[in-house]
Amino acid sequence: MFQDSTSFWCFALSGLLFAIGAIGTITRRNVIVIFMCIELMLNAVNLVFISAGSALSSMDGSIFVFFIMTVAAVEAAVGLAIFVMVFRLRETVNADEVNLLKG
Amino acid sequence: MADYIWLIPLFPALGFIINSAFSHRASKTFVAWVACLAIFFSFLTAVAIFCQFLELPAAARIFERDIYTWINSGELRVPIGFRIDALSIIMCLVVTGVGFLIHVYSVGYMHDDPGFKRFFIYLNLFVFMMLLLVTGNNLLLMFVGWEGVGLCSYLLIGFWYEKDSAANAGKKAFIVNRVGDFGFLLGVFLLFVTLGSQGIWTLKFTEIESHAHLINGAAVTVITLLLFVGAMGKSAQIPLYVWLPDAMEGPTPVSSLIHAATMVTAGVYMIARLNYLFSMAPDTMFVIALVGVLTAFFAASIGFAQYDIKKILAYSTISQLGFMFLAVGVGAYGAGIFHLMTHAFFKGLLFLGAGSVMHAMSGELDIRKMGGLRKKTPVTYWTFFIACLAIAGIPGFSGFFSKDEILWQAFNSGHGHTLLWLLAAVTAGMTAFYMFRLFFGIFHGECRADEEVKHHIHESPKVMTIPLSILAFLSLVGGYVGIPHLLGGGNHIERFLAPLFGPVTQHAAAGGFSIVSQAWAAAEAGATESSLEPFLMLLSVVIALVGITIAYILYLQKPELPRRFAARFSRLYHVVHNKYFVDEFYNFLFVRGILRIGAFLLRVVDIGLIEGLVNGTAAVIQRMGAKLRRLETGDVQQYAVGIIAGAFIVVGFIVGYFIAMMYMMA
Repeated sequence: MFQDSTSFWCFALSGLLFAIGAIGTITRRNVIVIFMCIELMLNAVNLVFISAGSALSSMDGSIFVFFIMTVAAVEAAVGLAIFVMVFRLRETVNADEVNLLKG
Repeated sequence: MADYIWLIPLFPALGFIINSAFSHRASKTFVAWVACLAIFFSFLTAVAIFCQFLELPAAARIFERDIYTWINSGELRVPIGFRIDALSIIMCLVVTGVGFLIHVYSVGYMHDDPGFKRFFIYLNLFVFMMLLLVTGNNLLLMFVGWEGVGLCSYLLIGFWYEKDSAANAGKKAFIVNRVGDFGFLLGVFLLFVTLGSQGIWTLKFTEIESHAHLINGAAVTVITLLLFVGAMGKSAQIPLYVWLPDAMEGPTPVSSLIHAATMVTAGVYMIARLNYLFSMAPDTMFVIALVGVLTAFFAASIGFAQYDIKKILAYSTISQLGFMFLAVGVGAYGAGIFHLMTHAFFKGLLFLGAGSVMHAMSGELDIRKMGGLRKKTPVTYWTFFIACLAIAGIPGFSGFFSKDEILWQAFNSGHGHTLLWLLAAVTAGMTAFYMFRLFFGIFHGECRADEEVKHHIHESPKVMTIPLSILAFLSLVGGYVGIPHLLGGGNHIERFLAPLFGPVTQHAAAGGFSIVSQAWAAAEAGATESSLEPFLMLLSVVIALVGITIAYILYLQKPELPRRFAARFSRLYHVVHNKYFVDEFYNFLFVRGILRIGAFLLRVVDIGLIEGLVNGTAAVIQRMGAKLRRLETGDVQQYAVGIIAGAFIVVGFIVGYFIAMMYMMA
């Protein structure tokens, strides 16, 4: 799998980025930041696709990346709209305080 | 015209639908008009068909038409179809004609009742079901009507449901009828299967008739006995008569329409409709005649010691129904239907008259607190008088002709017996006695009511007295359709019905059906001797007059005599007054045990098992939910932790699996 050091480093970097994103998603309180962390995770995955595609000399990885970027853009638009509405209603975007949906 | 026979039941159904859909917005007047017109239109349709019948030759007087296939499952094909023949048309005319008059009367009688609209809705539904019963062309449709009238009877007996006694009477009627209906249903099943095993899967009357000879003697006896059990329930015969006296808790027009004129005669109609089956079962016929005459006698004797005006009429109804069963039991179906018709007139009239009396007496029912109403309520007086003469069997009135026909048939028919005749004749005398006891008690003598009630005594409004007068007219002349040959009449009704009730030998001979038919043929042959007829007729008139005279002496001339008599035979009086303790006996024998079983089932099975199971399941789920709901904190980041942890576990598992595989390969 790790024939050359370039793809190894690429995978390592995306793993690192993904971990940063995941930890950020869990620990940060501001939903905007959480959102950014989720984007970071998505892009870490994109990086894996790109580098794997390059290592295997295949275009499939790049096609996946295009799709993911499109969906991510749409998702960002919807997500931000939701946050705007949440802020209007609750006057906060702190994830700890937005917990009405509980048992 | 045959294409329009389904209009007869359609009109009341429409009335029912319109009234139940709009009653909350419509005025009382509207509801009353719709209800009365619905019945009137179906009466007109029936009259039109009847007129057409008269022009047709006797054999062509059957209109039959299927309008819809109701059930189509394998061999079982049940149409919704109607059949009008001589028998159904008479029933239709009685039901819609008397029904219409009673509807009109109810407009006056129920005028101030808060349930006015509900009353007419039920009444129209009842007439619809009754017409379905008499016009349906197959047993299943008849059964629908049969159950439908039972339902309406229940609803209308318990019409004033806030009264405990009325609600209980409704339940009693329904439950006692259920016993009979169970028998009826078993009879229908057995008939269906018995014919089916011969390859004839049918419930249609026409086909049953043409294939009746395929059923063997034992099966037909069992089938007819089971069907008769149904008739016992619906038509209040021993031992299932106990519900009818209690049914008097309903409004008086209901007692008149359902519990005197129409519904309770359904059993007689059913037997007449299936006469070819019954004629094949002499044993059943004997049971029917015996039950009929015993019921007639037994109920009449209870009528002696009652004081409630409606209860007396109720026992009188049971007694008269007994006469009808006696008639069909000795094979005189025509006489039974004839008496059914005249009875509808005079008994309907008696009940309406009783309603008018109650109206005058501020709802009083006890004849000991009445008397002397003759002057103040003249129309009620005269109409009641005519009805009493009719039921007592005074010559010239309708009851005389029909009752005398029954008595004569009971004596003379090959299936009759002198003892049957004797008991029936004695009962006829008793009928005259208790009816005139009632009559004198209400209208003659001193008024025994309270001053306040006395002050309010008044004749009923026109809307009530006009139906009374019309029914009185019918009670007077209704018998002229059946004047026996002896008195120079043509006995038209008998001739009209003859194609349906022709000698059973026709059917039996067609199928080569031997033993029973031979017995029957012999009986038919023996039933021509009629030299005794004038003598017996005279005798029955004398018996009726004697009954009236005794009532006159006991209750007008020497009113202290009955009291002394009651004191003298106090034990007998006590037993009769309490209706021979039959209700108590049934309570002891059936009701208590069943109630105890019911209480046991309620406590152990229902509350313990079923409710425990259902509630237990709910409780477990609820308690688990209470614990598990804590997991749902509403904090998205905790869910994110869950997702990531889950991902780690899944990925870790896969990776671990591959590593393990690699070691194993190596």
